[in-house]
Amino acid sequence: MQINPFDFERPIAELDQILVELSRPEKRREAEEQGIDLEAEIQRVEQEKQRLMRHLFAHLSPWEKTQMARYPQRPYSLDYIRQVFDDFMEMSGDRLFGNDEAVVGGPALLEKKPVMVIGQQKGRDLKERQRRNFGSAYPEGFRKALRLMKMAEKFNRPIITLVDTPAAEAGLGAEERGISEAIARNLREMPMLAVPIVTAVIGEGGSGGALGIAVGDRVLMFEHATYSVIPPEGCAAILWRDRNRAAEAAGALKLTAQHAHCFGLVDEVLIEPLGGAHRDPMAASATLKKALTHHLDQLREIPVPELLEQRYQKFRQMGRWTERTETVEPE
Amino acid sequence: MRSGWLKRKKAEIQTPTETPSDLWSTCAKCHEVVFERDFQRNLKVCPRCGHHHRLTAEERLEITVDENSFTEINGNLAATDPLEFPDYAAKLEASYRATGKYDGMITGSAQIEGIPVAVGVADFSFMGGSMGSVSGEKIVRLMEFAEQQSLPVILFTASGGARMHEGLFSLMQMAKTSAAVARLDRSRIPYLVVLTDPTTAGVLASYASLGDVILAEAGAVVGFAGRRVGNQELGARLPANFQTSEFQLEHGMIDRIVQRKELRPTLAYLLRFFGAEVEEMEDADQSI
Repeated sequence: MQINPFDFERPIAELDQILVELSRPEKRREAEEQGIDLEAEIQRVEQEKQRLMRHLFAHLSPWEKTQMARYPQRPYSLDYIRQVFDDFMEMSGDRLFGNDEAVVGGPALLEKKPVMVIGQQKGRDLKERQRRNFGSAYPEGFRKALRLMKMAEKFNRPIITLVDTPAAEAGLGAEERGISEAIARNLREMPMLAVPIVTAVIGEGGSGGALGIAVGDRVLMFEHATYSVIPPEGCAAILWRDRNRAAEAAGALKLTAQHAHCFGLVDEVLIEPLGGAHRDPMAASATLKKALTHHLDQLREIPVPELLEQRYQKFRQMGRWTERTETVEPE
Repeated sequence: MRSGWLKRKKAEIQTPTETPSDLWSTCAKCHEVVFERDFQRNLKVCPRCGHHHRLTAEERLEITVDENSFTEINGNLAATDPLEFPDYAAKLEASYRATGKYDGMITGSAQIEGIPVAVGVADFSFMGGSMGSVSGEKIVRLMEFAEQQSLPVILFTASGGARMHEGLFSLMQMAKTSAAVARLDRSRIPYLVVLTDPTTAGVLASYASLGDVILAEAGAVVGFAGRRVGNQELGARLPANFQTSEFQLEHGMIDRIVQRKELRPTLAYLLRFFGAEVEEMEDADQSI
């Protein structure tokens, strides 16, 4: 796969270039003539590349993570659905207005057991991106997701949601059809669904648009995914009136999986293949499959009333505050 | 000294301290100059154009609930700075001093026309009414209190959305407050929302859109993304009333637009419809 490097990946790309260079036939001939051990040289560069990658990807800044989460080649929901599940059958429509292709969902089998899987879906090429509105769901998308979740509840099937959206759609049509109501309704209904829910943030967890399908008993996050209350660009625009300071804003927002886990807001960070999920989608899928199965197995053991109480308490305790003893006087 | 004759010689003569700005108010919308006394008497609604000016939480409570019936709860909850976000701590301190409050969401118990209620009022003057951990926690505690006491809940919203300074913690307040509404639903506790200017983003996309009844003040900004964001994306195609109470009414998202002076009787009527009973007769006498 052709990987277009970001700035922070340049050193890797340079080593890749050297490796390509070294494997050319004329290089081989040249090396033989001069008595150089080319294989050893290639191995040395390869090791250097591995060492560099391990270092680089273990120390990505929040802004670099943002770029990883948005990587155009990153596996999307349907890629994971194909690899992780069997017999996925896509269902369409919200039964109210239309079919939003920024959200996909339907029954599938996970390790032979039926589940309802719902994911936010970006597009791979320009045409598909437009068709899927760059993964930004309209109210119809959230309503389709809820319809499928209710269907799952009715037939006692667990729910898996995959989060990958820059944000919910915010234009005229979305506003006319009640984007706020659609998200709010999901936030009210998901805590009451009487089946286990496991959520995985696979790429971008874009504020309310992400949360609208992410009220799970377990919330997992890939190592280089992000989850944020506001996109860094928007945050920079508000704070400093300068969208170009997004890198700084990403740092301030602490939007990485590692931060979210540290804050107790996500349950597990899923380790990605070295260099990111897009470098080895099969390995990333295997990680996701293992984690989903593990958590679902645990959740299936919990009686429903307890499950719902735990889900409520999970979100109930999120937040940090203090109690002041002194009163404050206005100036 | 030539200027000597300008000085007041008798101590008891006072220069009037009321400046024109104390005596007069200018409508923020139509710029009509109104006698401050008339402006206050009209509940800060412009008598000429009907523009509803923003109220502080105290002003809102004063015109909504029975006199001296409000008892605040959880007023001592204050924000921390879990992200160590740039300038947040300083902004909080400045807001404490400017408003005399620890948060923009004021909650407590009160009576409306003698009917006991749990009430929350957002104050936009405190960091744009933004919802961080404290607002979320206070709303949930209010709803849990209401559920225990079987009190109807009334929330007056005013917010730019989730408070970005607390990052993902703020986003999660949307889930937390909405889950609390789900529990009110389950217990059949009436939940009334009054959208006031402005109610947007994460607050509109959570508890503000979940009332059994959703009322709105006339002309309030009510929308998902900031109006400016929308304008940039869509240019001239936007209707003039985009993201206002009127727009939301037109598209079926709210029940009624209510004039400020009609709010109190409207709420009382709905509370009675939902089965509320007046607690004590003498309290009912306090209502106007």
